[in-house]
Amino acid sequence: MTASRLQHTISSGAILFVAAIVTYISFTQEPADAFLFPRLIAIFFVSLAAWNFMRAVTGVAKVGVGLDMIELKNIVPGLVTMLVFIFFAAKMLGFYLASSIAFMLIFTLYDPAPLNDGKAWMKRLIVTVCFMAVMYCLFALLLKVQTPSGILF
Amino acid sequence: MEFLSYFGGVFEPTAFLLLLGGTIGGLILGATPGLSPTMAVALLIPFTFHLSPTQGLILLGAAYTSTVAGGAVSAILLKIPGAPANIATALDGNAMAKNGEGARALHLSFLSSGIGGVIGVLLLIFLTPVLAKWALAFGPSHLFWMAILGVTVIGSLDSKSFVKGLLSGCIGLWLSMIGFDDNLGAQRFIFTDVLAGGINIIPALIGLFAIPQVLDMFSKGRDSSVIEAIEVPKQRFMDSLREISRSGRALSVGTFFGSIIGLIPGVGGQIAGLVAYDQAKKFSPDKDKFGTGHPEGLIAAESANNAMVGPSLVPLLTLSIPGSPTAAVLLGGLIIHGIFPGSDLFDNHPQVAWTFINSMLIGQILMVIFGIYTATWAARIARAPVPIMAAAVMVLALFGAYSVQSSMNGVYIMLAMGVGMFFLEKFGFSAAPLVLGLILGPIAESNFTTGSLIANAQNGPVEYFMTGTLNIFLITLVIASIAYSFWSNMVQGKAVKKAQGATS
Repeated sequence: MTASRLQHTISSGAILFVAAIVTYISFTQEPADAFLFPRLIAIFFVSLAAWNFMRAVTGVAKVGVGLDMIELKNIVPGLVTMLVFIFFAAKMLGFYLASSIAFMLIFTLYDPAPLNDGKAWMKRLIVTVCFMAVMYCLFALLLKVQTPSGILF
Repeated sequence: MEFLSYFGGVFEPTAFLLLLGGTIGGLILGATPGLSPTMAVALLIPFTFHLSPTQGLILLGAAYTSTVAGGAVSAILLKIPGAPANIATALDGNAMAKNGEGARALHLSFLSSGIGGVIGVLLLIFLTPVLAKWALAFGPSHLFWMAILGVTVIGSLDSKSFVKGLLSGCIGLWLSMIGFDDNLGAQRFIFTDVLAGGINIIPALIGLFAIPQVLDMFSKGRDSSVIEAIEVPKQRFMDSLREISRSGRALSVGTFFGSIIGLIPGVGGQIAGLVAYDQAKKFSPDKDKFGTGHPEGLIAAESANNAMVGPSLVPLLTLSIPGSPTAAVLLGGLIIHGIFPGSDLFDNHPQVAWTFINSMLIGQILMVIFGIYTATWAARIARAPVPIMAAAVMVLALFGAYSVQSSMNGVYIMLAMGVGMFFLEKFGFSAAPLVLGLILGPIAESNFTTGSLIANAQNGPVEYFMTGTLNIFLITLVIASIAYSFWSNMVQGKAVKKAQGATS
């Protein structure tokens, strides 16, 4: 089994698992009337998922590029920054401050400029401040969106 | 000629400013590689909450039109299509720019986009009321089949694999059922409190279209490659205007194929541009010049991808079937304002419908004017470093998702949908059918429930849903869309095997 086929098998297996759970819930929950439409959809969902899984196992359905380890490693720092922002920083520090930190962090993490370059740091800071000022004007002043203020801003 | 009486609404100060802002912003976003028109429209939806439905739609319509046209700038100057619709534009457009005719290519591109776009919107104006009246005859069973048709058509035609396309549609339909069922008072598929209110369309749209692109930008890592833009020498606008007036053949081929393809749900601008390019080549006496910087190729591709925009809204505004993924997002924008496509839109909200359509007509003219004068400036922005783009789109998506309900629940939903879609896309799944399932799911279910009640009072569900000319016609279309996709997948598979056999 090639790595690509293994990836396709795992992903289609995961979808089949979700489809099976949806089907199980649809056919076991009450009131039955409320689950009539879900049952109809679940039949198609699980059938297509099973077909897709069989195609992946037999190596027929090789559509899509699959996952690349280097790409995944590159994604991790950015994704972790997003998760920390969403689940902790936004409420603890405040939406705008946490967004500014997340923006600058992502800019720094993916900026090819060396980390000891003073000019690059100045550029990052200026871009972050300008962008967040625009966001504040748009969401706080224009749209009047109330965001979590946290301990700071 | 009802539409003429609603032109005034477009020129109201706020509406016109939104049209202008949407056009200029759309041109810049469109010119930026990696930011698709669909994502641009999805990110703009939260801003429309604070606007009237008409103003909101004007903003979204302007962004839709101009992002497609703006994509030509990076296709011509950077050889990176700003949107899939501009792939064919890059073939001759970039060659022209390399030959020192960048300004000429940009002028011709925006002029042909404008002409194609105006004709496309005129088609929208004249076809929509006819189809909307026809839709009046639809009962719950027909509306149910129409919703299913919307999902199967886009699932079959907009995906690389029809099984995965339909599976995406099923996932979307399932997601639409999560939450509290108001009609029958039951909780369905609520695994966590975050899902108690169901999945709000807007955070889901932002997640599905913006987050995978952000993750895609992350996946390139600390990429230090610099995109070189070609210098643009000056060109007299009048010369370009004269040239476009002499390019009737390429313009008419592009506009014709763009309009026809736009009317077919699910096909989209990428196909329109490529088909028009191919046909223009066949009709041209200078076939050999195509691909070497021949203006006819550029004109056909650009007139087609903008001629597609208006007609892609015909099935959307009349039958709730979007003609393209961006039109699917527009459908979400309509529904959050409590407006449902079909005869209701034209009978009860003519001001909204006609002002929106008229704004698209005026938007085409503004797009030509501002496109030509901001093209070189937009190209500079298009070269914005990837880390800045990634960080900016991420923060904008977070704010947009939060602002919908002023709750972190929207942000959680956006993140889950976006990360999930990123991985699904890696395995050949597509966001468009999933979005369609999510948007059309409640329409399909409410009509299914109403139809079932009627059926129980009559001769049963089989007769109610499966008989009658219109039901059979719609069921045939559902089956035909799946069968066509199955057949084209088979043909494609055989061609790939043959090619692999030839190389080994």
